[in-house]
Amino acid sequence: MSTRAAFDDLATWATGQLRGEEVLLASLVGETTDFVRFNHGDVRQAGSIQQQDISIELIDHHRHCSASVPFSGANDVDRRRLGSTLSTLREQLKLVPDDPYLAFNTDPSSSEKMTDSSLPDTADAVQRIRSAAKGRDLVGILATGETVRAFANSLGQRNWSSAGTFNLDWSLYLQADKAVKNGYAGLAWNDEAFGRKIQWSIEQAEVLKRPPITVDPSGYRTYLAPAAVEEIMSLLAYSAFGLNAHRTKRTPLLKLMSGEAELSDQITIAEATAGGVAPDFQSQGFRRPDSVTLIDHGAHVGHLVSPRSAREYDVTTNGAESSEMPESLSLEPGSLSSEAVLDALGTGLYVGNLWYLNYSDPSACRTTGMTRFATFWVEGGEIAAPVNVMRFDDTAYRLLGDRLVALTDEVEVRLDTMSYGARSTGSFRLPGALVEEMRFTL
Amino acid sequence: MTITDDVDLERRLRQFLPTDVDYASARLVDESAESLVVERNVVRPPSTLLDVGVMFSIWHDGGLGYGATNDLSTAGLSTAVDDARRWAAVTAGIGLISEPPFGHPTGTYTSPVDRPILVADLPERLELLQQQSRRLACDDRIVDWAASLTHRQVDTLLLTSNGGRVEQRFRFVYPGLRATANEGTNTQTRTFGRGSFCGQGGLELLDRYGFGDAAPRIAAEALELLDAPNCPTGVMDLVLAPDQMILQIHESIGHPLELDRILGDERNYAGTSFVTADMFGSFRYGSDQLNVTFDPTVPGQLASYAFDDDGTPAQRHHLIADGVLQRPLGGTASGNRAGLDGVASSRACSWNRPPIDRMANLNVEPGDMSFDDLIGSVERGVYLQTNSSWSIDDSRNKFQFSCEYGRLIEDGRLTSTVRNPSYRGISSTFWRSLDGVGDPSTFTVMGTPNCGKGELNQMIGTGHASPPCLFRSIDVFGGES
Repeated sequence: MSTRAAFDDLATWATGQLRGEEVLLASLVGETTDFVRFNHGDVRQAGSIQQQDISIELIDHHRHCSASVPFSGANDVDRRRLGSTLSTLREQLKLVPDDPYLAFNTDPSSSEKMTDSSLPDTADAVQRIRSAAKGRDLVGILATGETVRAFANSLGQRNWSSAGTFNLDWSLYLQADKAVKNGYAGLAWNDEAFGRKIQWSIEQAEVLKRPPITVDPSGYRTYLAPAAVEEIMSLLAYSAFGLNAHRTKRTPLLKLMSGEAELSDQITIAEATAGGVAPDFQSQGFRRPDSVTLIDHGAHVGHLVSPRSAREYDVTTNGAESSEMPESLSLEPGSLSSEAVLDALGTGLYVGNLWYLNYSDPSACRTTGMTRFATFWVEGGEIAAPVNVMRFDDTAYRLLGDRLVALTDEVEVRLDTMSYGARSTGSFRLPGALVEEMRFTL
Repeated sequence: MTITDDVDLERRLRQFLPTDVDYASARLVDESAESLVVERNVVRPPSTLLDVGVMFSIWHDGGLGYGATNDLSTAGLSTAVDDARRWAAVTAGIGLISEPPFGHPTGTYTSPVDRPILVADLPERLELLQQQSRRLACDDRIVDWAASLTHRQVDTLLLTSNGGRVEQRFRFVYPGLRATANEGTNTQTRTFGRGSFCGQGGLELLDRYGFGDAAPRIAAEALELLDAPNCPTGVMDLVLAPDQMILQIHESIGHPLELDRILGDERNYAGTSFVTADMFGSFRYGSDQLNVTFDPTVPGQLASYAFDDDGTPAQRHHLIADGVLQRPLGGTASGNRAGLDGVASSRACSWNRPPIDRMANLNVEPGDMSFDDLIGSVERGVYLQTNSSWSIDDSRNKFQFSCEYGRLIEDGRLTSTVRNPSYRGISSTFWRSLDGVGDPSTFTVMGTPNCGKGELNQMIGTGHASPPCLFRSIDVFGGES
């Protein structure tokens, strides 16, 4: 029996076990992943992981409890485990108070999204990667395989989203901390495309052979490549866009909300589910619209609203999970030709990646972080030298506000490489950003 | 009964361990957890986690492969072993680890528990949190607050192909409190050690850390921060409380000493290290008052254990003695690669991730100064408590850390409260400025529940214990809001 059929069968069986007006919600997160870690162009760790878990929520009137259990796909094992879990949750329900903010989708809306893919044989891919690296110091990870997200409830709703993807995330090291980072991800492996990516890394690494310079702490005209913009957006994603964070005054965009600070009218940010890899449904069964605009030409216009926040603040949910974090964040491109970035920068810093961002003053949306990987000093539109790592400390209201010169006219689609617990289905669509001045402090 | 009591499963795992390879192991992890949260006086639905799975590891002919599954049926186990065997074949001759480094250990470990958490039934546990939640909501300017209690039961069973058997049973408790105060665009949050008051044990942990008494203080301090001025900017002396010291230890000693960073494994994600293999035995990491131990034997600390996840017996070692670097944080495999004596720190976050070099309990040993002596020896400085933000470069050198709560030190006395305090520095320069270490009466055992690292990513708990410490002439600054 396929995973999908087994999940459907289990949900139908569990529905038959319910009593009275009980409602059951079930979410499946699963993956079959081959992973290979590389260091110095050789293999550090390699293996395969098969994991599937179901999160169950049992609801009875205004009370609910949840549990996560393994899902084996074997009918008898899963029924026994789920039956036991339902009994435990039923006992818990007697002991918990009503939840005034309980919310789940009562209007069944089924869907399916199965993305065709043509994944490489992972062992073959290992040989291709080692061959392409040609004995260079390549370090990183290849992860390939199918990821599944599914939802079912006792009201008859069924949602399925699966995709086979590969994601090779690597750095080519020259020496010490001098390296070029790149990635190759998708649904079908193409040797030519991969070769171009590797070649780009090799050419960039050549530039790193020039003697590095250390620049003094100061403000510099700076170009942030899409990978660097991703780090800024990733930090904002934690708490800047959710309704709960706004209503409880924990959002770092508090000054934007109050009018004390502004973002540039070049900034338009959306949760663009239709263009991403994440599913278009969430754990309480609500569907997600194709796109939710959060910042429109610098103005705050929307939130990500979980079902719980929707009930608490008496608004409509837009299918966010309880974290209210974007999963398919899109920053609209601008007008700066991606081909002319160095010319437009003139003299200043080309920052390929940022690293380890965190807030130094959350209420001011002031962040700190480091440059990492390929960062260059540019003079007269030409790369002059690699730059040793620098710490910045600056506010989003400057970097994405009055100091933002332009965004590039092309966006880069970046699949999230995170795999805490399970492989992420998150993604970003981001341009590069040219900034008049970025403050470097150490 | 937990899965490690399942004799039939253990017998089946043994049957699946191949005998025609150089070395094989099966590592079973059985976890159950409960998370309770009362947020703004509303009980969130209780959440339970049940997770069980196994990872097979096979070393053969110079190759090493893994296969992991949470399908414990015959078919599932068979597939996992086949995967491990296949990857061992693929990596033969192209792997960085070619020799099985381990013996076949036997032993057990059990967390010390005085009062099991479930002695308090669910209504009692919820009532405890509701009480704390109500006490946090003491003022209209407290706009967000929560009380939480998570407990985890993690049983592991490591079986090796020549009869090795290591069984470890961990019981973890994680209490939490948070109060956020707001006035206009000034928002300030105070927490119960930002999750660091955790460990192994039962309900006694709540008493050890004063969980039942902390809520009014946390709320009052969040309100106090609203009216406090920003921390002054300048070079001044710095006294760090234990709940900030643990972050300082973790980021600027723990991660740099991880041997897999030094060997380059982590350069694409978590980063490298300014420490190189030739520094051990001679490099002056800090002042002569700095003594750092890897100590998995501290009763009740978050990362105490008897064996790491490769089966290496765990022992206490000095990593830094009198300021001089002695040993890295690396398991047997990494130690062999680097030609260095490491420690038993090869750890995996669960059954679905292979072990990598991690911190376990990494502690700054106490010195001889009372808290009053530490403060009294400062003419102009700040005393900072509870980490709120951390950032450090990928070589673990240039850091910038922020704290929830600061107080000025003027002429040897704690005076007014300051908000948004931050400081920055460079790791070894910072530790060389260490000029005072609190005595045993100030030594506090804590932990960091969520340390992220590795490709595939792994989140794991690390233990840290420290007294308050005094650092001279540090670059300190405040916020803008």
